[in-house]
Amino acid sequence: MSEVFARRHLGLDVSAAAKMRAVLGLEAEESIMDRALPEALRAGEPDLPPVLTEQQAIDRLAELARLNTPARSMIGLGYYRTFTPSVIRRNILENPAWYTAYTPYQPEISQGRLEALFVFQTMISELTGLPVANASLLDEATAAAEAMTLCDRVSRHQKLRFALDVDVFPQVRAVLETRAGALGIELVGFDPENPDPSALEGAAGLYIQYQGASGRLVDLEPSAEMAHQAGALLAVGADPLMLALVKSPGEAGADIAVGSTQRFGVPMGFGGPHAAYMSVRENLLRQLPGRLVGLSKDAQGNPALRLALVTREQHIRRDKATSNVCTAQVLLAVMAAMYAVWHGPAGLVQIARRVHANAAALREALRQIGAEVREGKLFDTLAVRVPGQAAAVVAAAERLGLRLWRHDQDTVYLSTDEATTPADLADVVKAFQSPDAVPPAAAIAPEAVYPDFGELSRTGTFMAQPVFHRHRTELAMMRYLKSLADKDYAMDRGMIPLGSCTMKLNASTEMIGLTWPEFADLHPFQPLGDAAGSLQMMAELSAALLELTGYDAISLQPNAGSQGELAGLLAIRRYHQERGQPERTVCLIPTSAHGTNAASAALAGYQVVPVAVDAGGNVSLEDLRAKLAEHGSQVGALMLTYPSTHGVFEPSVREICAAAHDAGAQVYIDGANFNALVGWAKAGHFGGDVSHLNLHKTFAIPHGGGGPGVGPVACRQHLAPYLPGHPFGGLASKTGAVSAAPYGSALVVSISWAYIQMMGASGLKLATDRAVLAANYVAARLESAFPVLYRGPGGYVAHECLLDLREFTHRSGVTVDDVAKRLMDFGFHAPTMSFPVAGTLMVEPTESESLDEIDRFCDAMLAIAAEAEQVASGQWPLVDSPLRRAPHTAAALLAEDWQAPYPRALGAYPARLGRSDGIGGIASPGAATGQGAAPSPGVTVTPGETGSGQGGNAGGLDDRDRGKYWPPVGRVDASWGDRHLVLKLP
Amino acid sequence: MNAIPQDLFFTAEHEWVRNPDGPSARIGVTEFAAAALGDVVFLSLPAPGDRVEAGGECGEIESTKSVSPLFAPVSGQVVAINEAVIDAPELVNEDPFGAGWLFEVAPVASGDLLGWQAYEELTAEGTN
Repeated sequence: MSEVFARRHLGLDVSAAAKMRAVLGLEAEESIMDRALPEALRAGEPDLPPVLTEQQAIDRLAELARLNTPARSMIGLGYYRTFTPSVIRRNILENPAWYTAYTPYQPEISQGRLEALFVFQTMISELTGLPVANASLLDEATAAAEAMTLCDRVSRHQKLRFALDVDVFPQVRAVLETRAGALGIELVGFDPENPDPSALEGAAGLYIQYQGASGRLVDLEPSAEMAHQAGALLAVGADPLMLALVKSPGEAGADIAVGSTQRFGVPMGFGGPHAAYMSVRENLLRQLPGRLVGLSKDAQGNPALRLALVTREQHIRRDKATSNVCTAQVLLAVMAAMYAVWHGPAGLVQIARRVHANAAALREALRQIGAEVREGKLFDTLAVRVPGQAAAVVAAAERLGLRLWRHDQDTVYLSTDEATTPADLADVVKAFQSPDAVPPAAAIAPEAVYPDFGELSRTGTFMAQPVFHRHRTELAMMRYLKSLADKDYAMDRGMIPLGSCTMKLNASTEMIGLTWPEFADLHPFQPLGDAAGSLQMMAELSAALLELTGYDAISLQPNAGSQGELAGLLAIRRYHQERGQPERTVCLIPTSAHGTNAASAALAGYQVVPVAVDAGGNVSLEDLRAKLAEHGSQVGALMLTYPSTHGVFEPSVREICAAAHDAGAQVYIDGANFNALVGWAKAGHFGGDVSHLNLHKTFAIPHGGGGPGVGPVACRQHLAPYLPGHPFGGLASKTGAVSAAPYGSALVVSISWAYIQMMGASGLKLATDRAVLAANYVAARLESAFPVLYRGPGGYVAHECLLDLREFTHRSGVTVDDVAKRLMDFGFHAPTMSFPVAGTLMVEPTESESLDEIDRFCDAMLAIAAEAEQVASGQWPLVDSPLRRAPHTAAALLAEDWQAPYPRALGAYPARLGRSDGIGGIASPGAATGQGAAPSPGVTVTPGETGSGQGGNAGGLDDRDRGKYWPPVGRVDASWGDRHLVLKLP
Repeated sequence: MNAIPQDLFFTAEHEWVRNPDGPSARIGVTEFAAAALGDVVFLSLPAPGDRVEAGGECGEIESTKSVSPLFAPVSGQVVAINEAVIDAPELVNEDPFGAGWLFEVAPVASGDLLGWQAYEELTAEGTN
């Protein structure tokens, strides 16, 4: 039976589950779902394909891979072939220390990826010539949309206008049209080759593609001047590799730069994921969307990184946030940054020159055979005019195994890249020759090309920071990446019990296809026939997701949960508009909702009206009815999260949905908590019209340290025509594109496909049961020390529980922050802090954690509660307590003048000491539970240890203590860093 | 918390005004507000010369917990801003009624202002 994957995925075997049930007073074989989930929501057994073993899944994936034809893409348009350095692939992409980490909200245990992101910001700032860069955005097109809304925010113009380069990438145009339409922004064309100031009249901003889709490369300066004179900002979509050679947007006067770092070593992957970037002038710093890493200091005064200016984010500012983006593309940003570290500025220049020389030599060769190629400066892209023959040329190229871009019937675009070979160039020439042509006499000679960009040449040095110069050998690089990973706490070290984040196992088999060239090397705009295997896989995934959600149609395009929300809300708006009810622009959102809901609603053009929550934490039906009455025919949508953000199965969800429907509104059900429903209940059946799912939570895509995310949007039949479309990929729609690529982050959806295939219907059902069981077990074990704030019918929570620390804090002064930081000393990542209620911790153990690990966590929490009692009783002054001084670094514990009223060893090995009556005088946590809920697991010393374990001194360390994870920095001072902003390496 | 200065006027948005009748009304946030906001890290203040309307938003105060709007307690032209607090936003926490003042307006009209006792009652309600 060991080949059954579910047994590898689920942390609780039958006997562990039975123990938990006993603690909760359930029958040995009874599913907690029968008690916790309201009867009325129950759905039948999902109908999914037969379950596959891991090996069968790999074999099936290989079959699908063989249906793909990556060919050699020279399509360009923002996606290029690139070589992922093997040292990066092996040590980052395939390394769980990087991909199983969470967003670095707990800076003390995230210094490694914060440093990598700091390098990313530095790289972008240096390349774009703008002082402040964020830590990545979702893709180039949505980054351009963020630039547009940024311009809109700072502009003093009343009329909403935005000028757009006529030679912009088509996918950027498509996403800008969608987003501008929702906000009532008018897009006007602008040609930087023949700049016309009248196009900028009243415009908040101007967006120029640098280089244009056709390869056009013009000086940005005249456009910058013209834009500024008109009171508009200049935003530039810039190719970062090209910037190694040409004048930076910042130097040319741009205010904002955006772009994709895909070609810095991240495979095209049929569309993503890749890290986009945005950098801005200093004065726009507080308008910058996305996450931003900044330098601060820790409690000992040592430099320490953390996320800066977080109050701009949606979870705080809600509908007033700078953007709805919460997920970034951390894993991909780290890869791109490390590509720059590996190659250094000189290496990047060399690669860029080679790419450019290939394009320049190819242009020469094409001219020699009489082709009409665009004149003027170029970097890597050629526009070739072949009147009436574009399709024929592209077809000829296809037969040679090349993919070129048919721009229109007369024009072919093509781009060279890092992987271009002499054979590619020769084949391009062949494709343009008529069958009876004599081969051209002249050889193609890239080596003879010396790049000369004239006044557009980049001047001065860039990326002079030591990090870009110290890691040229593989040994040095491997050790650098290892040193960064060692600073971080990820799932490879222990449990990350973050409520609402579902940090479950990301199995190796699920991820195995990511680096296969058949999936990795597909351009998103390749002919669909080239991607038959990927499309088949996505069709199978889509069918399974529809079966599990009870919806009728789905789009995999949104590349983050926030984008799924936006897509769903846009679909609703469009639906009302087409039915002659464009005035339905009010979006009702419970006050308990995640802030992203409100931010997405604002970006979709809704006015947000909050709905109150009752004393039990449930949406107040009374207030909902009042709001529906008050706003009547203006209400377009009600956004709900189910189970609620309080981690509770609200019993009245059907009534709530019905009330909204009766008022003519549509119901959006946020799928962030779908892990509590999979296989048991279907949002499409209990009242939802549309939902997004978080494949990175519920369906095993790793969090990657803060991205990639994937947020498919699924809906009932009547909304299907309004799901996201795209100019390419065969996706017509009435709503337009929300992401750059037709199928979004297509590469990583194979993870969710494999997860579902290997779990099967019964495995998925069991996973939900175990996730809910584990959460209820945690609630029961911790109740005596930390009351659970909200419970559903029967006293059960859903897949997570909200621990109320407010009374605890009031009594002892010990805050949620103190508890979170002290957990680090115990070797844990903190639960979610102060969301959705200030002064609480939200714990989600998921189905993957074992009873031992869950007990270890509960023991740690109870030991912390006991420590807080020492503070409350006055034994320890709060400021000198191990709670406030947590986390303890080795250096702090070894300080010569140890002044704290507790022994150093208690700082380092609290679990060890907490278990005995030894040093520190901490009562046994088993006694502190007062419940006898579960046997305390730790007291036994495993054979082979030193044998002095029971003494409770630091000499008696067990294996876990010996392998202790040491936080590299002490408590980070967020205020200091926000008052003294340092946002890149000096 | 220290006593509320009795020579100041207050708003329900927890701002204070000194000399609301001019010629130059000095404006800041109260100690109550500063404590609720937590560590103030950044201020976006109106520029000298700007016209502000009583009750209207005229800037932002950013702490490690939130970004909150600043409202103008009086109408008129901004005549000065506190450069020191721009450079050291922690002054708002350290000395909200003194060195942590924010800006000055030449008032032409004032909004609904409270005396110190009324404000004290207001904050007492707020803490219960």
